[in-house]
Amino acid sequence: MTEDLAMDALPLLLSRLQFAFTISFHIIFPSFSIGLAAWLTVLEALHLTTGRPAYRVVFEFWLKIFGVAFGLGVVSGIVMAFQFGTNWSVLSRMSGPIQGPLLSYETFTAFALEASFFGVLIFGRARVPPWFYLFSTAMVAFGTALSAFWITTNNSWMQAPVGYVMTNGAFVPDDWTKIIFNRVVWVRFPHMLLAAFLTGAFCVAATGAWYLLRERYNAEAHTMLSMGLGLAAVLVPIQIFFGHLTGDYVHDYQPAKFAAIEARWHDEQPAGEVLIAIPDEATERNNYEIKIPILGSLIGSLSLNSKEVGLTDFPPQDRPPVLIPFFAFRIMVGCGLIMLALAWFGSYLALRDRIEENRWLLWLVFLSFPLPFIAILTGWFTAEVGRQPWVVYGVLRTADAVTPFLTAREATISLAVFCTIYTLIFAFGIFYIYRLLHVGPVGHLIKPAIAAVPNRPMSLVGHGLISDAGYIGGEEQR
Amino acid sequence: MIAFWVTLLAVSILLYVLLDGFDLGVGMLFGLTRGETKRNAMMAAVAPIWDGNETWLVVTAVILWGAFPTAYSILLSAFYLPLLVMLAGLILRGVAFEYRNKTERMRWVWDWSFIVGSFAASFIQGLTVGALVEGLPIVNGQYAGGDFGWFSPFASLCGLGLCLGYALLGACWLVKKCEGELREQAYRLLPYLAIGLLVFLVTVFAYALAENLQVISRWLERQYLFVFPVIGALSAIVLAFSVRYRHDDLPFPMVVLIFVAAFGTLAISFWPYIIPFTLTIDDAAAPQSSLAFMFWGEGLFVFPLLLLYSVINYSIFRGKVQSIADHY
Repeated sequence: MTEDLAMDALPLLLSRLQFAFTISFHIIFPSFSIGLAAWLTVLEALHLTTGRPAYRVVFEFWLKIFGVAFGLGVVSGIVMAFQFGTNWSVLSRMSGPIQGPLLSYETFTAFALEASFFGVLIFGRARVPPWFYLFSTAMVAFGTALSAFWITTNNSWMQAPVGYVMTNGAFVPDDWTKIIFNRVVWVRFPHMLLAAFLTGAFCVAATGAWYLLRERYNAEAHTMLSMGLGLAAVLVPIQIFFGHLTGDYVHDYQPAKFAAIEARWHDEQPAGEVLIAIPDEATERNNYEIKIPILGSLIGSLSLNSKEVGLTDFPPQDRPPVLIPFFAFRIMVGCGLIMLALAWFGSYLALRDRIEENRWLLWLVFLSFPLPFIAILTGWFTAEVGRQPWVVYGVLRTADAVTPFLTAREATISLAVFCTIYTLIFAFGIFYIYRLLHVGPVGHLIKPAIAAVPNRPMSLVGHGLISDAGYIGGEEQR
Repeated sequence: MIAFWVTLLAVSILLYVLLDGFDLGVGMLFGLTRGETKRNAMMAAVAPIWDGNETWLVVTAVILWGAFPTAYSILLSAFYLPLLVMLAGLILRGVAFEYRNKTERMRWVWDWSFIVGSFAASFIQGLTVGALVEGLPIVNGQYAGGDFGWFSPFASLCGLGLCLGYALLGACWLVKKCEGELREQAYRLLPYLAIGLLVFLVTVFAYALAENLQVISRWLERQYLFVFPVIGALSAIVLAFSVRYRHDDLPFPMVVLIFVAAFGTLAISFWPYIIPFTLTIDDAAAPQSSLAFMFWGEGLFVFPLLLLYSVINYSIFRGKVQSIADHY
C-alpha cells in the first residue's frame, strides 16, 4: 500500500520539480528583456528628441545584451509550449479550451510583433527613417509586454478561475470578458510588468556603478546609474502599491494561501502580523515567533479589529505548504525594501551630484543586481506554491492534473536531461552576457547590415565581441 | 470553425516541415562536410531564417492545444520521451548557431551538438508520424502503451525516412543558396538522397500492404489520393532534369512538391481523424466559444501577419549566400 502510494507520488513530485525548474530558468530572461526593451525605447526617444550621443551609445550597448537575453528566453520558452501536454495531460485536456486559446494568443501576437520588429531593431538602423526605428523599438517593447499580459492572464485564471462552466469534465469558457478583465489579471499584470521594469532598471544601474568603480566610461556609466536609480525611485513605491493590491486579491480569493503567507494557524481577532518565525506544520504553530499585534488586521482588511482566517480552518488536505510561501514572501518583500532604500538614497545623491564619491554606495548598487531576479522568483514561488494543493484553484488538484500513466523512470530521465542542458546553455549564455558587460559600451555603432541576420538574436554576441575586442586592443595600445 | 482551425493546423505543420525541414537537413549534411569554409557557408545559408522557421513548431503546438485540446493532451503525453529528445535536439542545435563562433577550442562540441541535435529532432518527427500511421495504443481516450509504446521498427524506419527527406530538402537549399564546391557537393549528393527517399517510400508502402495497416484500405477506398503519387513522380522527373542541367533554383521547389504530395496523402488518409484511427477532429475540437475567440483575433488577423512576416524575411535574404559567409 505505501509502496503504491510512493509509485504514484514520485512522477507527480518529479513533474512539479521539472515544471518549477524549467519555468524558473525561463522567467529570468523574459523579465530581464521586457524591462530592457522598454528602457531601449526610452533611450531611443531621448536620443531622437535631445540628439545627445551618450543616449545612442548606451542604446547600442544594451541592445547587444538585450539580444542575448531575448534569445535565451526564446529557447527556454519553446519547452514550455510542450510541457503542459507531456506532464500535465489531464490539466491540458480539461483546461485546454481556456488555457490553450490564451497561450495561443501569446504565441501569435507576441511572436508576430517581436519577431517582425526585432530584425529592424538589430540591422535596420541604416535602412529605415529614425521615426520608424523608434516605432520598431516601441513595438518590440510592446510585444514583450503583451507576452507578459497573456501569460499572467493565463496564470491568473488558474489562481482565480472565472468565466467558465464545467461540461463533460472540461472547463468550457462562457465569458471571455470575465477571464480577461478579471480584477486579478489587472492587479497581477502590472505587478509583473513593474517587476520586469525594475529588473531592467537595477541591472542598468548596477552596470553603471560597476564602471564607475572601475573608473571607465564615466559619461555612459553616469547616465546608466542615474537613469536606472531614478526610474527605480519612482517605480518601487508603485510596485509596493500593486504588491499590496495583489495581497488583497489573495486575501479575498485564496484565504488558505494568505494564511500560509502569514503563518497564521488559528483565527485571530484582531490579528497580529508575524514578522519572522519558523512555522512548524506538524505541530501547527510557529517557533521563534516575532509578532506585532493588530498589524495583521490592518494589512489584511485595513481595519483595527477584523477577524483574519487561520490555516486550521481548512482541512489538512486543502492547505498549501507553509514554509515556502512564508519565507519566499518575506524574501521578496525584503528585496523590495532594500531596492527602495537604494533607489531613493542613490537618487538623492545623484540629484546633488555626489553619488560618484560614495564608493560604498556604488558597491551596494553594483551588488544589488540579483535583487530583482530574486524578488521575481520568490514572488512566483509564493504565488504558485501557495496555490497548492490546487492547480486550478479550488477546482482541480495538482495531483489529479498530472499525466496519469507517467512513470517515475520517464520523469526522472526528463528532469535530468532538462537540468543538464539548461545548465550547459545558460552557463554559456550568462558567460557571454558577462563578457559583453565587462567589455562595456565602447562607443562604436552597429555596422551596416552586411551579415544582416534578423531573427537571430544571439549572433549579436559574436559581431559585438569581435569588433569590441578589436577596439579594446586599440585602447590598450594607446 | 472547426474546418478553419484544422486547415490552419495543417498549414502550420506543412510550413514547419518544409521550412525547418531544410535547415534541419542542412544540419545533418553538416556532419558529412569537412572544412571550415564550407561549414561556415552552410551555417550562413540557414542562419538568418532558422528560428523564424522554428516559430511554426510553437504555432502548431498552441493551435493544437487551443483548438484540439484532447488531441494535444493525448499526443504529447504519449510521446513523452520522444518529445524530450526532440526538444533537447532543437535546443542544442539552436544554440550551436551562436556558440560555435565564440570559441575555437570548444568548437567541436557545438559542431557535434548541431549535427546530433538536427538528426535527433528530424528522426523523432519521422518516428512520431510512423507511430501514428501504425496506430497508437489508446484505451478509453488515454494512451496505454507504456514508456516505449510508440517504438516499432516501422516507426524507426519512418524516422530515418524523414531524415533522408530533410537532408534532400537541405541539399536543394544548399544548391540554391551556395556557390562553388559546396554547391557541387550538394549536387552530387542529391541523386543518392532522392533515390534513398524513393526506396524508403516504396518500402513503407510495401510494409503497409504486407501488414495490412488501416491506412491501406483508405488509400484503396479513396482512389483520388493517387493524384499525389503522380504529382510526386512528375516532380521527381523535373528534379532529375534540374540536377542533370544544374538549374539551381528548380530542385528546391520540386522537393517541396514531393513533400506536399506526401503530406497531402497522409492528411487525407487520416481524415476525419486527428489521431488515426481513434480520435476524430470533431471529437478533439475545443468548444465553439474557444474556437470563436481564437478565430476573431489571431485566426483572422494575426495569422496573415505571420505569413507576411515569413514572406518579407525570405525576400530580404534571397540570393546566393557566399557574400555572407565571407564575413564569418
